[in-house]
Amino acid sequence: MPAMAGLLLTLLLVWLVVNLVKEPSYFVTISFIGLTNGAVYALVALGYTLVYGILELINFAHGDVFMLGGLISATMLITVFGLTEHSSTGAVVVALLGSLAVAMVACGVINATIEFVAYRPLRGAPRLAPLITAIGMSFILQNVAIFFYDTGYTGLPRVLPHGSVFSVGGVTYTWDKLIVVIVTVPVLVGLMWLVLRTRQGKAMRATAQDRDAAAMMGINVNRTISFTFLLAGALAGAAGLLYALYFREVRYDTGFQLGLIAFTAAVLGGIGNLPGAVLGALSIGFIQAYNDGLRWHSPGSDWTQSIVFSILILILVFRPEGLLGERTPEGA
Amino acid sequence: MKRRLRQSISRAWWTALGAVGLPQERWLALPSATRRAVKTAIWLAVALALIAVFGVWDNSALLAAVVVFALIAPRWDGLTVAGRPVGKYITPAAILALAISYPYYLDYLPELPLFGPFPQVGTMVVMMIFSMMALGLNFVVGYAGLLDLGYVAFYAMGAYMAGWFASTQFSKQHLNLGAVGLYPGWTGFHFSIWLVLLMAGIATAVVGVIIGLPTLRLRGDYLAIVTLGFGEIMPQIARNGNDFLGTGFNLTNGTGGITPIDGPGFGNWAGDHLHLPANYLNAGNLDSIFFWTALGLVLITVFVSARLRDSRLGRAWVAIREDETAAAAMGVPLMRTKTWSYATGAFFGGVAGAYYASYKSGAFPDDFFFQISVFILCMVILGGMGNIWGVIFGACFLAYLDREGLANIGAQVSDTVGRQIDVPKYEFGIFGIIIVLTMLFRPEGLIPSRRRAAELHEGVHDEPLYDVAHDERLTP
Repeated sequence: MPAMAGLLLTLLLVWLVVNLVKEPSYFVTISFIGLTNGAVYALVALGYTLVYGILELINFAHGDVFMLGGLISATMLITVFGLTEHSSTGAVVVALLGSLAVAMVACGVINATIEFVAYRPLRGAPRLAPLITAIGMSFILQNVAIFFYDTGYTGLPRVLPHGSVFSVGGVTYTWDKLIVVIVTVPVLVGLMWLVLRTRQGKAMRATAQDRDAAAMMGINVNRTISFTFLLAGALAGAAGLLYALYFREVRYDTGFQLGLIAFTAAVLGGIGNLPGAVLGALSIGFIQAYNDGLRWHSPGSDWTQSIVFSILILILVFRPEGLLGERTPEGA
Repeated sequence: MKRRLRQSISRAWWTALGAVGLPQERWLALPSATRRAVKTAIWLAVALALIAVFGVWDNSALLAAVVVFALIAPRWDGLTVAGRPVGKYITPAAILALAISYPYYLDYLPELPLFGPFPQVGTMVVMMIFSMMALGLNFVVGYAGLLDLGYVAFYAMGAYMAGWFASTQFSKQHLNLGAVGLYPGWTGFHFSIWLVLLMAGIATAVVGVIIGLPTLRLRGDYLAIVTLGFGEIMPQIARNGNDFLGTGFNLTNGTGGITPIDGPGFGNWAGDHLHLPANYLNAGNLDSIFFWTALGLVLITVFVSARLRDSRLGRAWVAIREDETAAAAMGVPLMRTKTWSYATGAFFGGVAGAYYASYKSGAFPDDFFFQISVFILCMVILGGMGNIWGVIFGACFLAYLDREGLANIGAQVSDTVGRQIDVPKYEFGIFGIIIVLTMLFRPEGLIPSRRRAAELHEGVHDEPLYDVAHDERLTP
């Protein structure tokens, strides 16, 4: 079995190297797309990982919270702030920060409410019960989106500047890609700080390690779990805004597809592990960009889903603890 | 909240009884058969009153009420004839008779309030097919307790087996094994649908084993996600399979799907000598014949379900469901037992898929979405995981809602409110609400299996005895 995994990895490397040698500048351009995708995936994947870390629950509805974040951002940007393609830079910055705040708060509250209504009553139930409930919640959220935004795509104007930041040897890096990264990095750093350096973060880690012992130490477990869901939802809201800005169309099922990809990223990095989620998200972002974009023997975007899921299955079969995680009984 | 609701209902019940001169002691002193009959009669009277007030009154409703009363009110279970327990067969036999004769009395049935008319025979075919799929999924989810979110993959596999072996898809081939209704100059594989059903079941079971072998080692939620992955990969292969792996080989005909697919039939000899339908598609009462055949397939599935449940294998499944670690310690081979549940479930999914493809005369990749997996899962959960009758009820009810019910309800609601409300558009939202409410308030389903209900209420955990999972969570 390890030999097979090695063979697969070697083939992947050969494919990447040949593509790089054939068209180096094109390869780098595609890599930038991968980085941007990866940044969005990272924000969503962190939500999965946070919740799984604390409750051991795959929050199936998380992708749909992200989708609602995208739709809320679209409404904020277009209707409330009235952005168009010709808005001034100052207006764009204000609108961006305002929408970011609204989307993060709204999604955080939605996610915490879902936990309170649907998952908390099932805390003592068999483990599959909350997972099934989460699937139901996912469908409900999609239909909430259908109710307010109908089944078509909600489009956005091209508000981000798309001029190039730099252009070297045929490689251009555009502002819209850079802005996605610029927004993502502080959010990630802030999250790390919150989890590792604050009292609330300490309570989260303690609850994740042992809920009963944490309760005995005086930690309000329910409030900590609610806070975790709030945090995960806020990350999803930020991701929704970035997605809406960068891809400029959101629909009720956007979250389902992207949520599965982000979940794969979380598993790839080692679920429950924060840096792992970011690493996994970047890897998946690059893999997807190369698969969709490269010209030499790439399967193309028709197969994206299959490839992402094959990665998920291979990871779970060969290395269920992920790239950075530790062995868990699930994978033993 | 649930308990308070129950208390207030029972208080209302005692008050109502007291009002008609039957205080609690006298009521409880009555023979249990009488109490049961009175209760059933009251329920039916409420139902009839609802029909009379909100629906279109029709004397057949009264007849139906009498039939239901005769089925439920007496304790048929305990009836013995010459020492043999014939009683337990009476209710199933009566229900079966009612089902078989359904196409004949459908036209005389009344309209129900809210739901409108009873389902057409064509809808009944689909309800039966989904019952079969739900029973198949029940092997995995209900008996073995493994959550499968990719059951649609098996349905797709079955449908495409029918597409490959009963249509002109492989036009370079020329082989006929008992197919009916072929036109002159036909090409491709044309196997008899009965053979195709069996082949589809076996091929799908093999796929189930192939999917299961690497993944069934995983516990609970990971397994669910991996099956979901397979459920997404299979339709994508179907969608992109018109140029399979760039070889130019047209495996699945891409997004167009494979159509037409041959209909079932017994051939001319059986048609002439045994009065069996020679070719379903030429029969006058096409839907009825498809319905009876589907009913037969469901009966086979029910038989296999019941027998396997009570077998050594079935008890091993339940043991794994209740506590995997304990089951393994008692010598239940985990992998082999789980793989069997997977293969059995896949078999019936494949057969149902192939039969559905033959009924629809096509296998289209757009039919195989994740939503269908959850749709079937919802049937099992709503009806009652692990209970055959519950699962069939859930499947029939939801498939009916999907095909006719929601549209009818939507029309009724729009009429009442006076504003156009597109209820079918929110179909999956409604199923989502059903799933959440069921899990929160009645996790054992509407018609529960007693054992499963106990597990769900006492919280039997699928947790390992040791716990190494929690170290260093959320730390870099």
